[in-house]
Amino acid sequence: MQGEAAGENKQVFGLALAAAAVCLVAAMPLLGGNYAVRVSTTICMFVTMGLSWNFIGGYAGYPSFATAAFFGFGAYAGAILQTRGVPMLAAWVAATVSTALFSCMLGFAILRLRGHYFAVGSFAVLELVKLVASNWAGLTGGGSGLNLPIVPGGPEFAGRVFLYSMLGLAILTFVVAILVDRSRLGFGLRCIRQNESAANMLGVDVDRLKIAAFVLSAMFVGTSGAIYASWVSYIDPTDMFSVLMTIKVPVMVMLGGAGTLFGPIVGVVVFQLLEEKIWSSFLEVHSGVLGLVIVLLVFLLPGGLLRLPARLRLVRGGQAVA
Amino acid sequence: MIDTQVLLNGIVLGALYACIAVGFSLVWGVLNIINLLHGSLIVLGAYLAQMAFTHLGLHPFLSLLPVAAVMFAFGYLLQLLVLNRIIAEQVLVTLVLTFGLDLLLYNAMVLSFTATPRRILLDLGRIEFSDIVLPVDRLAVMLLALLLTGVLYALLRGSRLGRAIVAVRMDRDTATLMGIRVPRVYAITFGIGALMAGAAGSLIAIVFPFSPGLGETLLGKAFVVCVLGGLGTVLGALAGGVALGMIDSVFGIWLGPQNATIIGFAALLLVLLVRPAGLVGRVGYE
Amino acid sequence: MTADAILEVRKLSKAFGGVRAVNDVSFSVGRGEIIGLIGPNGAGKTTLVNLMTGVLPPTSGTVLFDGIDVTRQKPHQAARRGIARTFQIVQPFPEMTVLENVTAATLFAAGADSISAAREQAREHLEFVGIGRLATAPSRALTLPDRKRLELAKGLAMRPRVLMLDEVNAGLNSGEIDAALDLIRRVSARGVTIIIIEHLMKVVFSLSHRVLVLHQGALISQGKPTEVAEDENVIRAYLGARFAERHKGLVRHA
Repeated sequence: MQGEAAGENKQVFGLALAAAAVCLVAAMPLLGGNYAVRVSTTICMFVTMGLSWNFIGGYAGYPSFATAAFFGFGAYAGAILQTRGVPMLAAWVAATVSTALFSCMLGFAILRLRGHYFAVGSFAVLELVKLVASNWAGLTGGGSGLNLPIVPGGPEFAGRVFLYSMLGLAILTFVVAILVDRSRLGFGLRCIRQNESAANMLGVDVDRLKIAAFVLSAMFVGTSGAIYASWVSYIDPTDMFSVLMTIKVPVMVMLGGAGTLFGPIVGVVVFQLLEEKIWSSFLEVHSGVLGLVIVLLVFLLPGGLLRLPARLRLVRGGQAVA
Repeated sequence: MIDTQVLLNGIVLGALYACIAVGFSLVWGVLNIINLLHGSLIVLGAYLAQMAFTHLGLHPFLSLLPVAAVMFAFGYLLQLLVLNRIIAEQVLVTLVLTFGLDLLLYNAMVLSFTATPRRILLDLGRIEFSDIVLPVDRLAVMLLALLLTGVLYALLRGSRLGRAIVAVRMDRDTATLMGIRVPRVYAITFGIGALMAGAAGSLIAIVFPFSPGLGETLLGKAFVVCVLGGLGTVLGALAGGVALGMIDSVFGIWLGPQNATIIGFAALLLVLLVRPAGLVGRVGYE
Repeated sequence: MTADAILEVRKLSKAFGGVRAVNDVSFSVGRGEIIGLIGPNGAGKTTLVNLMTGVLPPTSGTVLFDGIDVTRQKPHQAARRGIARTFQIVQPFPEMTVLENVTAATLFAAGADSISAAREQAREHLEFVGIGRLATAPSRALTLPDRKRLELAKGLAMRPRVLMLDEVNAGLNSGEIDAALDLIRRVSARGVTIIIIEHLMKVVFSLSHRVLVLHQGALISQGKPTEVAEDENVIRAYLGARFAERHKGLVRHA
């Protein structure tokens, strides 16, 4: 009983912190300059992606490397529509829906795979979609990329538009995450991760839940891609289907704590702030330092930051629950 | 319809792909680790061979051995000191870790060697008969690749070490009960993987221009070969290698190299969905 | 279909490559019966259970549950229908507490209205099997007898009409086994039909109304426990043809 009450308190505390963070970000145009607004927008974007990946990778335990595939898919969907005159917001919605459909079809195919094979399959999807986008020049502009209409009203106004769009999306994704965490879906996904065949035999419709998790992991990532495309006004396959991004997102979630509600948020914020500090200092060794961060993360923080207190308590208490 | 030149190119490529992939396949099959470092290890081997050629005057056919030895030691230590600690961790962790290590290696190579492509140029002439052209350096590379792969095959089948490796691949727990020191086998296997990568790199240095960025492409090829052919066996790597070599050669002419790569990845997905064990692999050895 | 049969298996077979793990098995189970399923190791008992619970698709034959053809069902469908099974090697959800493990069953198989309702029901099942005090314990930390009780609680939590117990007593000492038997009798008293796979003859004989004997995938005998014990085919299967010959008359006169 005491454990449950403590858990509730932590959740309330976390939500209060999250609300404060939202206020901070929303006030950023007044508090900071363009740089701060840009960093905040990027953080919000990655928060959305991290929370999304968490559904399939954290809760269900299926290590997906398809994040960038959905990001790019949404980006191109939104961009292609916008270049044909569709208004920005409508394009974003359409991108979300089409990414959801795409991921649903994909899910039927690859969610049958487990472990390494699923990881490889999801990665192959990324490569395939990238190659298709690079070669279908008629639709996507191929290697030369696509230009999008710029939001009128000046750069500062545009900055605010995209900050609040990304922030809104992040909040929406977080609300969905809360709902999933507390629902049958979340419980079922946790069972699937810990023992899929046992879950199946206890009445969990594993196929349906996995597809649901996969679609959830994709749709808002697609939205963020579409918003990003409108934000930067120019996209090309290499940037939109980046291998680095598809790996960074799970890493950020792992840093915070995969499978927890707040883990993705904590992980993204810590990682992005670290990266901004590192990038500005060490351009030449940027990838190396990222590599080092990853190696340290794996060895020092196996459960992520949010599980660190529990691990330390175990160590101090001397009782190792293997 | 498909002319002999294209077929021949396919086989030459196939042998090289098999050599590129066999170390990767062995590590995946035995240690259950997808070694994302593998592509960069190949490139490292290429740099070592190239430097031996330009600074020491060592012919690449000869420098194969020392390069392979150096790479073996590197791989052995890496496994023993770093990878051994996460060997039982879940898929995501090992993938992320080897990715991080790859970033470190990649960055180190870019800083040391710059991104300008290099190559070892051996002017050995060409063999021509009927309407087939085969540059001798490519022929030599193909033969050496097959030789290396064949030696590995013999090692795995014939030696005690080889049989220990196969035993660990089949059933790690029983192997431990049989007295096989599994951590040592892991380290040696990873060392062999690095060795084959280094050797493949030496060969690549002869036929293609290389730079640190090539590692990613090579890794992609290794993936496809493994999935197509089946994990953990030399025969699988050969089957997959030839299959991919053919795909790249045939579709490369027909549709262009970019699209050929699409076909390669599409084939990978198809095989994953239909027959995850690959052409040669046996289900359950995953 | 026998009027009072809750589960019926007709000419069920499962082949793996050339090996017939289950060979043309037919039987029916009456409502409320306790059926013992015995046979030497490798006889196909667990495979048979897998076939009946949708874990494996049969090569041929049908499974009927309460008159409905459930041959091609998926495991979660079997669970929701009220066909439950426990495992020889207990498979809990390692990162969840004992209570949460059982809650999974009440939530998904039994279809509780909400997670909190599911938890309440789970608590009751834990009390029934006697590990209510362990509700908040991590499931990994249980002793073997308690793990077996957890398995049973999970099975019960599925509100089964048929419960298949796979070697519930493996690894338990005599006292623990008696406690387990008592529990199983109480479950049966609730109206649950039970199929129990067992090696211990004492358990089979004291519990079962009827016994099915499997050998090399085929059903070689069925009937009351005493009938089956004297059946020559059974003796031959367990102890070999020579022993059966030598002791042909012996058992009948015992």
